Amino acid sequence: MELLEKEITTIIKEIPYIGTLFETYGIRPQNDSVRLGQYLDTLTDEFYEDIGIDRSQLISNLVGFVALADQQPAFKVNSVTIIGGHDKSGKPEDKTITLHVGSITSIVGPTGSGKSRLLGDIEWLAQGDTPTGRSILINDATPDTNLRFSLEHKLVAQLSQNMNFVMDASVGEFIAMHAESRMIKNVEQIVGEIIRQANLLAGEQFTDDTALTALSGGQSRALMIADTALLSTSPVVLIDEIENAGIDRKRALQLLVKNEKIILIATHDPILALMAEQRMVIKNGGIHKLITTTPQEKSNLVALEELDTKMLALRNRLRSGEIIDNA
Amino acid sequence: MIFRLIRESRVHKLNLNKMKLITVSGPPSSGKTSILLNAIKALLADNKKVGVVKFDCLSTDDDKLYAALGVPVRVGLSGNLCPDHYFVSNIDDCIEWGKKSGLDFLLSESAGLCNRCSPHAKNVLAVCVIDNLMGINTPKKVGPMLKFADIVIISKGDIVSQAEREVFAFKVRQSNAKAKIIHVNGITGQGAYELTSLFYDANETETLNGGTLRFSMPAALCSYCLGETKIGKDYQMGNIKKIKA
Repeated sequence: MELLEKEITTIIKEIPYIGTLFETYGIRPQNDSVRLGQYLDTLTDEFYEDIGIDRSQLISNLVGFVALADQQPAFKVNSVTIIGGHDKSGKPEDKTITLHVGSITSIVGPTGSGKSRLLGDIEWLAQGDTPTGRSILINDATPDTNLRFSLEHKLVAQLSQNMNFVMDASVGEFIAMHAESRMIKNVEQIVGEIIRQANLLAGEQFTDDTALTALSGGQSRALMIADTALLSTSPVVLIDEIENAGIDRKRALQLLVKNEKIILIATHDPILALMAEQRMVIKNGGIHKLITTTPQEKSNLVALEELDTKMLALRNRLRSGEIIDNA
Repeated sequence: MIFRLIRESRVHKLNLNKMKLITVSGPPSSGKTSILLNAIKALLADNKKVGVVKFDCLSTDDDKLYAALGVPVRVGLSGNLCPDHYFVSNIDDCIEWGKKSGLDFLLSESAGLCNRCSPHAKNVLAVCVIDNLMGINTPKKVGPMLKFADIVIISKGDIVSQAEREVFAFKVRQSNAKAKIIHVNGITGQGAYELTSLFYDANETETLNGGTLRFSMPAALCSYCLGETKIGKDYQMGNIKKIKA
């Protein structure tokens, strides 16, 4: 087979990230020009026993990996439809709501009402198999099972309320791995840009060496926002309570909101809610109402933003240790 | 009399086939039992007869959880033997039990105690459960249990960010190019229905007598296997491996 005939160094040059995979399997050729097939022939049975995999499985993993790199899904999402299920009391949610590309919809409701659950249903492309019984359609059709379980397609980018990372990696390593998992080229450049943008959103600066687990809640979310905004080609973006992060939310939205996307923002913040062209009101686990933002509400936004700028100035003074004896 | 015997044996045969065996493995606390409980609920809702064999080392309470769903359970505790070796010497008997009980699905949940476990057999649907909290290097470290599985279930996705889920799933993919990777939530059961649709595609297993493991099991048989507790060169005998200088 082709792959086995190529020199290992050539393979590493041609296929992004396969170098790390070779490392994982302990493939360390001493000779630069050795071909993959040749090299694998020199490995003893003991070697395979020790790494817990056999030759044919190893090759199939390598081939599978190469195939992954080749796959460029040209799947275009034009609309997302939410078919109502039922609320927490079992009352049917008599609604079918379609969101189109380029739209921004906010989701509002008291805490515990089910905003995150709705975002979760969309992220999962629910087919009646979540606690709400909702179903999600893509482009007016039931999404293909492969689409739901594909690691490669990634229709939805989600910014959950998670404030902390659990993974044991440094910021730089993690973003690079995430870029790798989304098959992005020119990794170094994009990692640098993501960290730079995250630092503009956050307070205390962090570097690519900082451990993920050492980041504060706000820094973590700033990083997640920059990562979602710059790495993700997902046509659907779900944002959950971005105002909680203690970051510059206007700047964050500027990063996240792009034309070719379907954006949903769950929020308690009046400004974020009114920035959207419509909002869903959630009550007792179900979608209670769908409200189109009125022109009056849009004009009120101006006054709200002025208020917000004042609050932001106060917040910054507070953070830098000033005494707030005049507003 | 002879006709009655022939008829009985034909009916007996009808009940004894068409059972699907599914081997489920994974490191401790990865969520195997929670996920299986949810999968079982979905299968029971479809009026299927499900049974479970639970293998563990020293003790387990999981059998009570399965029994609470009304499914027949057998427990195999390996004690001071490697539970992986214990599994392979007992699985065929468990299959006989499953067939006699008229099961449509026999789920075998094994202990998965060390990264070298190899509880999967050829032509039997092999599932491995790992969780998102296990660290990025874990998929690489877990051996045949993950690398030879047909389905890899990743649990506890709700605790980490989406980015971490994607990175972890990617790492799993690098360790197993062919497996179906599916995220299942052991607490809410999200994903369990999808999992059962994969179970329906499993092969039927008449017997594993004459069957083959997908990979060899961890090897031992040294003096320590036979109960030696003293440390030192004089006490090491048998299959001993030394650290390379």
